[in-house]
Parts: sequence; structure tokens; C-alpha cells
Amino acid sequence: MDPLILARMQFALNITFHILFPTITIALGWVVLFMLWRWRRTGESAWLAAYQFWTKVFALSFALGVVSGVTMSFQFGTNWPGFMERAGNIAGPLLGYEVLTAFFLEAGFLGIMLFGRERVSPRVHLIATATVAFGTTLSAFWILSLNSWMQTPAGYEIRDGVVHAVDWWAVIFNPSFPYRLAHKLLASGLTVAFLLSGVSAWQMLKGATRPETRRVMRLGLTIGAVLIPLQIAAGDLHGLNTLQHQPAKIAAMEGVWTTERGAPLLLFALPDEQARENRLAVGIPRLASLILKHDAAGEIRGLDAFEGAHPPVKPLFFGFRVMVGVGMLMLIFAWGGWWLYRRSGWLRLPRAWLWGLALMSFSGWIATVAGWYVTEIGRQPFIVYGLLRTGEVAARNPGSMIAASLAGYATVYLALLIAYIAAIKRMAEKSAPLAPASPAALASPASARDPAPVISRTFA
Amino acid sequence: MNTLPALNAAQGSALPVIFMALMGLSLLIYVVLDGYDLGVGMLSAAVREGDRDRMIASIGPFWDANETWLVLAVGLLLIAFPKAQGVVLTALYAPVALMLLGLILRGAAFDFRAKGNPAHKRGWDCAFAAGSALASLTQGWMLGRYVTGFDDRAGALVFAGGIALALTACYVLLGAGWLLIKTEGELQRRAAVWAKRAWPAVVAGLALVSIASPWMSATVRARWFDMPGIIALAPLPLMALLALAALRGLLNSHRVLGKLCWAPLALMGVVLTLSFFGLSYSLYPFVVIDRITLWQAAAADESLRFLLIGAVLTMPVILAYSLFSYSVFKGKATALAY
Repeated sequence: MDPLILARMQFALNITFHILFPTITIALGWVVLFMLWRWRRTGESAWLAAYQFWTKVFALSFALGVVSGVTMSFQFGTNWPGFMERAGNIAGPLLGYEVLTAFFLEAGFLGIMLFGRERVSPRVHLIATATVAFGTTLSAFWILSLNSWMQTPAGYEIRDGVVHAVDWWAVIFNPSFPYRLAHKLLASGLTVAFLLSGVSAWQMLKGATRPETRRVMRLGLTIGAVLIPLQIAAGDLHGLNTLQHQPAKIAAMEGVWTTERGAPLLLFALPDEQARENRLAVGIPRLASLILKHDAAGEIRGLDAFEGAHPPVKPLFFGFRVMVGVGMLMLIFAWGGWWLYRRSGWLRLPRAWLWGLALMSFSGWIATVAGWYVTEIGRQPFIVYGLLRTGEVAARNPGSMIAASLAGYATVYLALLIAYIAAIKRMAEKSAPLAPASPAALASPASARDPAPVISRTFA
Repeated sequence: MNTLPALNAAQGSALPVIFMALMGLSLLIYVVLDGYDLGVGMLSAAVREGDRDRMIASIGPFWDANETWLVLAVGLLLIAFPKAQGVVLTALYAPVALMLLGLILRGAAFDFRAKGNPAHKRGWDCAFAAGSALASLTQGWMLGRYVTGFDDRAGALVFAGGIALALTACYVLLGAGWLLIKTEGELQRRAAVWAKRAWPAVVAGLALVSIASPWMSATVRARWFDMPGIIALAPLPLMALLALAALRGLLNSHRVLGKLCWAPLALMGVVLTLSFFGLSYSLYPFVVIDRITLWQAAAADESLRFLLIGAVLTMPVILAYSLFSYSVFKGKATALAY
């Protein structure tokens, strides 16, 4: 097999696995902070129980994010050495700032957040938790800035074939960055919202309801119901921005082969890359033009305008529909669930809704990965859009070596993914947690001064 | 490849030198810090479950942060020396992949052993110890390959194999040193025994590097054995030897279980720091020995300057809160039982 394809598969596998976990930790950090703050404010032990449970999920997700993130930092070099040689003057400092300002911050305070509750004052513990949440978000800021720069490069000049920065502000706040950042942060919020309500639904279905379950369900549904319309709006703006800067990506997403006015919104089709046309197309007339140009007769440039430099159509076309489809399901389940749950006095939901929510526990992952495939495959054949082709920067390692390591990663990642979901299921089904300590005992300064034993993560 | 003539031509800016120092410093901090937790990981294979819980609890609050230094080190390689990273990481492709698998396994096992199905705990414990060993061995192998400039002759490969074992022994010794600080009773006594067992391998490994690298590289030989230089440099290996001797002597004393429990880890840190300076002196100004100097490999000055501002502002803060975290968790670690 072609080493380039293998290198791309390996990198794709790694970033796919990696993104699952930051997508959870970015928003879950803030949710856990909220639970801790509620407990401190109200003294209700259910909030402490919620905090303890979701901190475990946070720790597990964080660990998997770290180990796959370390792998990613090496794979920049092992798989795409030419990327750093040609674009390192931009990519390097952005990555550097991510490590220096975000990675150390989260990792440095994670220990105190997870194990330090009885070793520091409640205030310091709350600050440590907030710092971890802030660190994960800051990390998203830097890496999305770099990713967006690769999509919509700005603030640079090319000297001797190498990219040089001329305006760091323009580099960091490049045209697609604000949209991508908002879209990603909202995606993270939605992923966590559905994980919260999905796990709670599972507990209700399995008769493993715990003191905190009903509250967490309410929290999850509320976050989901608030964020989903915001996400639809942000996604629309992001799409318009993409149309402006990467029209080929939009043409592939919408399956527009030839430039046309009043393009239909295709609900389904089988794009045929050879014949350069769609089969079995079912669409709503003029809607794509209306959405993208806010004008039913607006012109959409088709793939014919970008022959030889446009991405493969199928993955974008289907990836986009998967993402939007999951988004629509989220809208139905979050709003419908919130309304039904509220009507019952925040007590119960019909079994069918519980099953629906439980099945949607990881729906955020599906939408997130589909969305990332659209945007990343949509940048091809470039690694930096319009500047640098992916094929030019690949490593020249023998295919067999890449294939062997790819098989190793794939095996380990699959096992870890199964173990991750199984661990959450197991933790969710475990009946009542250990009797939580009273907030008064933990809040008293005296107990905070005594160094308590380090508690292993089992008991965090 | 351009060698020495280009060296003077491209020389100039101080920024690459500063970044080389930062990268080296990150790597040194990484080796000492993740060294002890990888060492604890390997040693965890030698004990029963209760002790294992205690050992793993002792590194719990720190391992994430320790590993971040590796990300910083490789990040600085990518960032500051883009023209060398391709050569280095392409040559080290296979060991890098194996090291990453090791690090993934141990990091994941750390959490899953406590949160997964108890029936699988033993399996995760094996993955934890094996992952730690794999990461240590491959790191040593990479160091050996790097020092010889990725020389493919049999002698160089044997050398790299020796370094792989030696660095692993260093990590075991660091891990035992950490356990002397963090544990008490029977486990602490065993830690002293493990440290004694690892010591000869550490000494042999350092001797191997000191003898073999000048023997294999003319550049290194000239550096160390030119007449005035050798006298000025002599304190470096002598101090390392002294620290190692003190370390060994201390392990026989009962005070290593009490007041001086911090000393073996600290002395090992001194030994590694001295070795690091020795190695830096051997290699400077090369990023890849005899092939690429740091000026040839460096990124553009405007990029390095932009990043340096961040590094100068954040590194002291990072060090401060790392110290804070260590102070929060000072004292002996004990695991609770269900």
C-alpha cells in the first residue's frame, strides 16, 4: 500500500481517537466545577455525589486524552516532517503556546483537583478545579487557532518556499478561527449534555437511580436544550464562512458538481466521483442556495470550478449529513425531553425517552467526528489550504513500518474505547456510592490543614 | 550533508542556542520526573496488590504533569528545529511508535485498573508495568541511537541496546528513590533493596557512555581529550562518580529509611544532571551529531522570538505551581481499601 495513504490512515486514526476525549473534558471540566460550586453553596450531598461521579469520568477521559495527545505531538513529526519544515514557523509557536499555557496548567492542577480535596482549603480546591477547566478550554483555543490557520491561512508571507509569520494577531485570529472555536466549544457542551442525560437515563432504566441522578438528568437536558439552537446558528455561520474561504469544501458537502443558481438541498444522493454527478438524488429545490446565500436564486460554485484541487466528495457529503442528522435528533431529544421532564416535576420520563436518551449517550462523538471529517477531508488535497499539499510533506518511511505501527495503534485504541465505555457503564450501574462526607466537615479549615493520606483514584 | 564549513557560515543568532537549552532542560526534567514514575511502574510488577495500590497512589497526582515535559521537549524539537525533526523522528520511527504504545498503555491502565471491572484489574496491572518497561527501554534505545548519530553498524546498535538497559536501570533507581520518600515500613525497606540492585547497572551504563561515545565519534573524542580541556572537564565525571558512591553508601545506612529518605532521589537527579551536561558538551552545536548544527536546523528568528516571550513568562509560573502541587502532596502516600 502507498505509504502516504498509510500515514494518513494512521494520523486519521489517532486524531479520531484523540478528539473523543477533549470533546468530553473541555465542557465536563466546567460542568464538574458547577457541581462542586453547587455543593459548596447548598451543602446538598447529591451535588457532591454528582461531582464525585463525574470527576471520575473526567479523570478517565483526561488520561486517554493525554496519552493520545502525546502520540499526536510525535506524529506531527513522524508522519508529516515536511509540515514543520515548511509551515513550522507558524505551527510551532502556536503549538508551543498550547503546551506552555494550557497543558502544564491542566496537568499541574489536575492532581489537586482529583486528589487534593482534603489536603487544601475548599477555596483552593475550587480554584484548582476552575484552573483545570480553564486549561482545557485554553488548549482548545490554541489548537483550533492552528487548525483554522491551516484552513484559512493569514498573516504570513512565503520566503524561499518556507512560510514566515508577518502578523501574529492575523495568524492567531485567522478568518475561520472564531467560527470553528465557537462550533467546537458548543459541540463539546452538547456531547457532555447528552452524556450526562444518557448516563442518567441508563441509571433510571436499570433501577440504579442514585441521589444525584434526577438532578444530573435535568442538568444534561437543560444544557442540551440551551446549546442546540446556538449550535445550529453557529454551524450556519461557520458554513457561510467556509463558503467564503473554502468554496470547494462546501460544493463537496452539498454535492454540487456544476455551478448553479437556486441549488437544491440534497437530503440524499449517491455522489459518483467518476461520472462527476449524483445518483438517486432527493432534494428540496433552492434550499441550499437559500441557506448558503440567503437568497433562493443564489449561485453556488460547483466542483467543476475546482477540478484537480477539490476534496473527495463522498466522505464530505455523507459526513455532513450524519453531523446535521445527529444535530436534529439532539434538538428533538433535548427540547422534547426537557419539556416532558419539566411537566413531571423533574421526576420521570417515559421509558421510550429514557431509551432514546441512553442510546444518544455518545451521539456527541458521532456528530463531532463526522464534522471533523468534513472539515479535515474537506481541506484536501492541501495540508495548508491553497499553500501546501499533503503529499509534499509526508514522511518517506517504508510502508511496512507504518502498517505495523498502524495495526498496533488500532488494536490498542479499539481495546481502550471498549474499556472506556464499559467502565462508564459499570460506574453508572454501581448502586449507591459511599456515604458522602458532610460539607461541614470538609469545609472546616482545621481538617484542611491536616495532611490527609493520598487517596488513589479508586476513591477519588 | 554539509558539515563543518557551513557551521560557521550559518552561525549567528543566539535564539537557536537558547531554544536548544530550553529543549535540553525540558528533556532533563522529563527524564528525572517521568523517570521516577516509570520506575515505580516497573517496580509495581514485583509486589502484591495492596502495595501496588500504594505505589500507584504515590505517583497519582503527578504523572500527567511529568509527561507534559516530554510533550514540551518534542514540541520544542518540532518548533525550534524543524529541519532536524524530520531526520530525528524518521530515524527513530519504530522506537517512537513503541514508546508511544507503552505510554498509552500505562496511562490508560492507571485509570482502568481502578475504574474498570475488578476481574480485569490484574490485566491492567500487567499493562501498567509492561507499558512502563516498554517506554523506558525504547527511550534508552533512542538516546543511544541519537548519541551515535543513528549509526547502523553493529557496534552502535549494541551500544544503543546497552543504553536502553542503563536508562531503564536509572528509572528503576529513581523509582526506588521516590518510594523511599513516599512509603514506609516493609515497602520502603524493599525500595532500598531495589535501589541497591539497580545501582551497578546504572554505574555500568554511565561508564559505557563515557567510554564508548569518544571511542565512536572523533568529534566527541576531540572535545574531551584535548589537553587543556581534559583538566577543566575532569570535575564533571568525578562529581558524578562521587554522587554515585555517596548514593550507594547511603543505601546501606538505616537513615535512608528515615531523615535522609529524599537523598537517593536527589543524588540520582544530580548524577543525571551532570551526565546531561556532559552529553550536551559532547554534542554541541549539533542537533544531529556531525550532520546538522542547531543553526542549520533552526526555525526563523521572528517565530522563535515570539515563542521565547511566552516561554520566559510561563516557565517560572509552571515551575511555581509544580512546586505547589508537590508541596500539597508531601509526606507518605497510603492507599485506602474498599
